Amino acid sequence: MKTPGTRKPEEELPNTKPSRRNLIALSASVAAAGLTTLAACNTKPAETAPSMLGTAPSKYGNRSPHEAAARSLPPESKTPSTGASRTPLQDTYGIITPSSLHFERHHSGVPDIDPAKHELLIHGLVEQPLVYSLDDLKRFPAQSRVHFVECSGNGRSEYSGNLAPDPQASHGLASCSEWTGVPVKLLLAEAKLKPEAKWLIAEGGDACKLTRSIPLAKLLDDAMIVYGQNGEPIRPEQGYPMRLLLPGWEGNTNIKWLRRLNLADGPAMTTHETAFYTDLLPDGKARQFSFENEAKSVITRPAGGQKIAAGPGMHDITGLAWSGRGKITRVEISTDGGRIWKDAELQMAGFAKAFTRFRMPWIWDGSATSIQSRATDETGYLQPAAEEMLAVRGRNFGYHNNQIKTWFVRADGTVSHVEQGA
Amino acid sequence: MKTFLLIAISCIGFGQTPRVGRPATEETIKAMDLTVFPDGRGLPPGSGTAVKGKDVFKEKCSVCHNDKGEGRQGQYPALVGGAGTINTPKPIKTVGSYWPYATTVFDYVRRAMPYDQPGTLKPDEVYAAVAFVLNANGIIGDNDEMNAMTLPKVKMPNRDGFVLDKRPDVKAKK
Repeated sequence: MKTPGTRKPEEELPNTKPSRRNLIALSASVAAAGLTTLAACNTKPAETAPSMLGTAPSKYGNRSPHEAAARSLPPESKTPSTGASRTPLQDTYGIITPSSLHFERHHSGVPDIDPAKHELLIHGLVEQPLVYSLDDLKRFPAQSRVHFVECSGNGRSEYSGNLAPDPQASHGLASCSEWTGVPVKLLLAEAKLKPEAKWLIAEGGDACKLTRSIPLAKLLDDAMIVYGQNGEPIRPEQGYPMRLLLPGWEGNTNIKWLRRLNLADGPAMTTHETAFYTDLLPDGKARQFSFENEAKSVITRPAGGQKIAAGPGMHDITGLAWSGRGKITRVEISTDGGRIWKDAELQMAGFAKAFTRFRMPWIWDGSATSIQSRATDETGYLQPAAEEMLAVRGRNFGYHNNQIKTWFVRADGTVSHVEQGA
Repeated sequence: MKTFLLIAISCIGFGQTPRVGRPATEETIKAMDLTVFPDGRGLPPGSGTAVKGKDVFKEKCSVCHNDKGEGRQGQYPALVGGAGTINTPKPIKTVGSYWPYATTVFDYVRRAMPYDQPGTLKPDEVYAAVAFVLNANGIIGDNDEMNAMTLPKVKMPNRDGFVLDKRPDVKAKK
């Protein structure tokens, strides 16, 4: 079945109950060719263009004043610079997150860095310690790639059974951009690694000089130092003027405002790889150096916090899937509480370690049900259910939660993170 | 000749680098290098004890972490306590109960604390503040001197509490 043309998302439609005639018209047109637009069903003609001049061209564009999608901010805090803001995944189209809506997670705020004064130092177990400016990096052969970045704390409240009410709250610490920069291995080739070099200690230029230890293999594989995001310089919140990009790895390792790369024979055991970003098991042992974000998906529409205002009939279920281990090869959707799973259509699935958009048409009969998605990646790994994860990891694991997310659809069309009466 | 040049230019392909990195001086490296390794590499000269650290902690740390490092109202983290809770349903993670290396405490305090004035503590102040926190957790004595030789030898209670990532660990039913 094809998508019904350029229909607007259901929850954005005017809150008027469709007439029986409209529904029939829609069904008929979908059955006929699937090319109809909602305009065909409207009883009122669209407003004509105004008889007045519009505004002149501008230097840097803004979105329509009628649009208001925004990052969500954390609760008020006495230490706001350690906070996070979340991407409104339910309001995005395709796979690219607008740079202005990319999630933020800072540990000591966003520094104001003058790119002309910023330098990157490479030292430690190298033959020749080197310093690079931003302009120096731009002389290397540039590469552009589409990758997600996800905080490994995305969805952590759900381990403890505290279910998040909407896609922004449950999965909004993930975003996807086109990044442009230099493979780290080219810089390491210039500095010439000593054979004892096995790890790299990467340090940021923020107030807390956030530092992580990275195994050398990742740097010789697909790691980049990026200065471009979605066609323009990366945003200050994303590490301007340069950040480390470790495709598929937990966000915290993608050091922003990158200022120093120290080649070493072992990890430094920094605060953010011991005290934090480690996962506590029920026996009291904690897992460390858990880098890859495992395959994950979430339905973004219809989803918690929304209403299927148009009522029963055909609706498009859509969402996002991603894996830190490669490409998404399959996304399945259940609309009956996990009994039957059907394959969703994948869109923009060609990029490894990037968002993939999925969708599936759904005829909703108007009864209460639950909807879920589960992703499979190119390694064959299948996203697990919450109870499967809980049985292995317990409630205090903390990070790296990629369990299936369930949305409950009620008979009145409202969609919630909890069952009715719960 | 023209053809030869064209071939030569086109041969500069993948893997070539512009060689634009400038040699870093010892001075630059010393000024920027903040990393302390678990074996003590990177620790600066200087020293401190818990007794000396009491004043440093009161002046520089207690506004957030409270007088004895117990934290404040859940908003500012506790550095002390939680012993024996890590394998219970309600673990309390502090420097004393969870952190595996004393060197990490030095590294983090020097680079990131005090929260609103990071990087302002002198090495002796960092050693003393670290000694105060370790002592408050019952890990070292009141007058045990912490310096580049002694700090790496401190055995943290949760030193053996960490294992490597074992994922994929959860197998989903198809």
